[in-house]
Amino acid sequence: MKEDFWRETGLSESEYELIKEILQREPNEVELGIFGAMWSEHCSYKHSRNVLKQFPTSAPWVLQGPGENAGVIDIGDGQAVAFKLESHNHPSAIEPYQGAATGVGGIMRDIFTMGARPIASLNSLRFGSLKSKKTRYLFRGVVSGIAGYGNCLGVPTVAGEVYFHPSYEDNCLVNAMGIGLMNHEDLAKGLAHGPGNPVFIVGARTGRDGINGASFASEELNDATKEKRPAVQAGDPFMEKLLMEACLEVIKTGFVVGMQDMGAAGIISSSCEMAARAGTGMEMDLAKAPRREEGMNAYEMLLSESQERMLLVVQKGKEQAVQDIFAKWDIEATLVGQVTSDGLMTFREGEEIVAQVPAKALTEMCPRYDPEAKEPEYLAQAQGYDLATLPEMEDYGKILLTLLATPTIASKEWVYRQFDYMAGTNTVVGPGSDAAVIRLKGYNKGIAVTVDGNSRYVYLDPYRGGQIAVAEAARNIVCAGGRPLAITDCLNFGNPEKPEIFWQLKEAVAGMSEACHELETPVVGGNVSLYNETKGEAIYPTPVVGAVGLVEDLAHVTTLGFKQEDDIIILLGLTKDELGASSYLSVIHGLEAGKSPEINLELEKQVQQATLELIKKGLALSAHDCSEGGLAVALAECCIAGKIGAEVALTDNIRPSSILFGETQSRIVISINKSKIDLVLQELKKLQVPYKVLGSVGGNTLNIAGSGWKVNVELAEMVEKYQEAIACLMKG
Amino acid sequence: MFKAVVTITFKKSILDPQGTAVHKALTSLGYQDVEDVRMGKHVEILLRGEEQEEAEAKVQEMCTRLLANPVIEEYQVELVEVQV
Amino acid sequence: MKFGIVVFPGSNCEADCDYLVDKILQEQATYLWHADKDLKGVDCIILPGGYSYGNYLRAGSIARYAPIMEEVMAFAEKGGLVLGICNGFQILTEAGLLPGAIIKNRSLRFQCENTLLRVEQTNTPFTNACTQHEVVKIPIAHEEGAYVADKETLERLEKEGRIVFRYCNEQSEITPEANPNGSLNNIAGIMNVQGNVLGMMPHPERCAEAILGGVDGEKIFRSILAWWQGGAGR
Repeated sequence: MKEDFWRETGLSESEYELIKEILQREPNEVELGIFGAMWSEHCSYKHSRNVLKQFPTSAPWVLQGPGENAGVIDIGDGQAVAFKLESHNHPSAIEPYQGAATGVGGIMRDIFTMGARPIASLNSLRFGSLKSKKTRYLFRGVVSGIAGYGNCLGVPTVAGEVYFHPSYEDNCLVNAMGIGLMNHEDLAKGLAHGPGNPVFIVGARTGRDGINGASFASEELNDATKEKRPAVQAGDPFMEKLLMEACLEVIKTGFVVGMQDMGAAGIISSSCEMAARAGTGMEMDLAKAPRREEGMNAYEMLLSESQERMLLVVQKGKEQAVQDIFAKWDIEATLVGQVTSDGLMTFREGEEIVAQVPAKALTEMCPRYDPEAKEPEYLAQAQGYDLATLPEMEDYGKILLTLLATPTIASKEWVYRQFDYMAGTNTVVGPGSDAAVIRLKGYNKGIAVTVDGNSRYVYLDPYRGGQIAVAEAARNIVCAGGRPLAITDCLNFGNPEKPEIFWQLKEAVAGMSEACHELETPVVGGNVSLYNETKGEAIYPTPVVGAVGLVEDLAHVTTLGFKQEDDIIILLGLTKDELGASSYLSVIHGLEAGKSPEINLELEKQVQQATLELIKKGLALSAHDCSEGGLAVALAECCIAGKIGAEVALTDNIRPSSILFGETQSRIVISINKSKIDLVLQELKKLQVPYKVLGSVGGNTLNIAGSGWKVNVELAEMVEKYQEAIACLMKG
Repeated sequence: MFKAVVTITFKKSILDPQGTAVHKALTSLGYQDVEDVRMGKHVEILLRGEEQEEAEAKVQEMCTRLLANPVIEEYQVELVEVQV
Repeated sequence: MKFGIVVFPGSNCEADCDYLVDKILQEQATYLWHADKDLKGVDCIILPGGYSYGNYLRAGSIARYAPIMEEVMAFAEKGGLVLGICNGFQILTEAGLLPGAIIKNRSLRFQCENTLLRVEQTNTPFTNACTQHEVVKIPIAHEEGAYVADKETLERLEKEGRIVFRYCNEQSEITPEANPNGSLNNIAGIMNVQGNVLGMMPHPERCAEAILGGVDGEKIFRSILAWWQGGAGR
């Protein structure tokens, strides 16, 4: 076998040798192509699987952990929520609209293939600086793409985050999260059980789009890869909507043995994963699979990533019933093969066998790597930066306004107005608060959802940054009135074959795992996106966390805005002298340095529980956590959302810039009714949670009084800077 | 076999915000001499048949019934015979 | 009272309408499948929002030819009540049940936001529960929502008092700033000559519960119920 060919498929020499050993013969070209796709990083997680083992993945409320198309958790009343976060980074960097659109399409299929009706969509987006034309082009395209696809599906896009940072200039990140609702009995899995059961391909016809998409996502971007334009597929949300309705209807019949969507490496990955999970095999006649282009060969059919297709295993004898439902929705459903008991994936074209490979060889037998891990050289110096030498600035009000107008912090209304966040009439809290809340019709409860991840903390301390990513997501759920139940994650990193990058990945996952354990939020599924590098420059290590929580009573729903005059503002938690890794340091002083803020998971738990207690007792009228920009920005955001000012005193004995803009963790700002102050303080003392009464709501300025310094900013000015920032930059 | 190419554009009286946006973009790219830009749809129909007149009549009908909305759009049809 | 909610391939808001009629209005709701010709004896037909046929070619251009639409048109001709919301409004204009057309927003972007509407007519099956020139808050969610019509049609609509909702500001003034999408004359909803067919771009079914941010949308459905219970239109 010519070296060129197996190298072209992305395999290494040792992998090629292993394949020959497994098969006990030379693989043919089609088989090599199959291995190349299934053993690519994107499909196999070969560099990350051993690291991911650190995640806690179970709890009494977890119905399905990692390993399926989405994780599923029990939310009571016989209902369950399926959810997952996935990346579509590489395609979006090449073709932002379709890259983002198909990212949404893919995650939605992962949700409804489990038997859950998608009820919400979230996204975490990262780009370079908005000052660059290219960034504005990518940003515009990605947001349009998400809107175009999600809105057509009728799934509300209810929350998200957008970061702008130079490290993403050449490698934007588009992570899409899907949330679905089902009854326990509708849970469907990607299992090919029962030899003799018929196998169907349903949905769109297979074309030549996206061949080698999986390998493309497992490489760095450079001028050569930019030529891989065909690796970006075009999505058809109308087709997906019909497919979704048909699949959900078919699952309800009980005739579906297993279902999986076709994402990366389409036919081959869905079929071999379903067979491997069930311990069975499958035989398929590719000539029967509907195609939309002439002359497609077996390799192309197997690896195509044409969108809006699913693989179904149906109970023998129920073929007609299933086909009738797809026909009703005008979706093609074609019988292409059957489940076998020999554990082999046998692909034919008519009579001729074109490929035959054991299912588990493509999945479980893929080698796992334990790459070398080495602490990067930049770290010690960056962490060791002496912040004591940092000068105190003069006009804190001006700094606050500058931070509010920084695109990463500023209002994202420009983005979410393009999303139909009201579709489905379940959105109780939409975009703009700490977490969104979706009510569950027929019950007085809801689910809170959020997606978060500060990558600067990870860059400056991956372990701590990992802990914080999970803590922050859980904290946001709590601020909305929810009890965090579980998380999904997307780990966006550079090239794991570089020891420094792998070290970041390993440490971040370790930190995340510890937080998941302490906060009792297991990881039920997720995604890894590696090789996010261009010309040797990697992105900031970016683990993104998607969290889901239960709002037990809709009366608990809480938003971040201050509510009325004379309400009292209380800060739960402690403020420390910590400017390291802050937005303040980056934006005002141009420094990406210092130590990431500490995180004490015990304290975090206490503060979260106290907040939730006060919310449940009807005492906390608003809640907002401190994150980018620190306490000053948090207070400003509460004022802006509440359309009202505040008067607070911050008397901590540390330097003003730390009090105002330091990003100490585990802090939540709440506001309460004046008449309840004694009751609340009693509660807080009982719960032994550190707190400080800051001041009160009212007026139309934000007044912050310190020891010998003060901040006075007009509400109107804060509103203007915060709300217009992104719109202004996008006009150019 | 006939091939019909149908071009559908907004009527002049309808404000075409896409055309305006594209016009602005072209100007900002340096094309100062652009007088006007109108966006439209281009539809290609491959139609089986023997008679050209019959084919033309059918395509006209398709336009008035579905392809163009007479309230806001106007259309042009070019039809040629093709060998397959 | 029985409401029939038409479901086209790509419709998204039929379940929302169903929930409102069933749980909030507490009347009967049934789905009418696009390929059927049976109206199931309903008293009012709703064409819901969504992306029927993907909004391909023009929004509503293909849905208007669905088999069920023949029956809907006959029903409307006989005076039956028809409410078209968002995509439903687009389908009604394509089908010729309402004049004019709907084109892309002036901003060229999808817009999801609350809008303020001034109720221009209250002696209708759809707004009798409102007061004249009342300002109601109802959300829009569309990329193609600008109402256009030629000069004559607009004059007729104005003269005949068939403009039912207009985008306005908090002071109930009809201004360009209050117009979210570029609709001519700030038109948000119109009715036919007979007064039994209403099309509106904003989504009343999305604000009939306080928990979702407002209840003004419920007024439109209560109006329909009151009109029907009063014996009119039967």
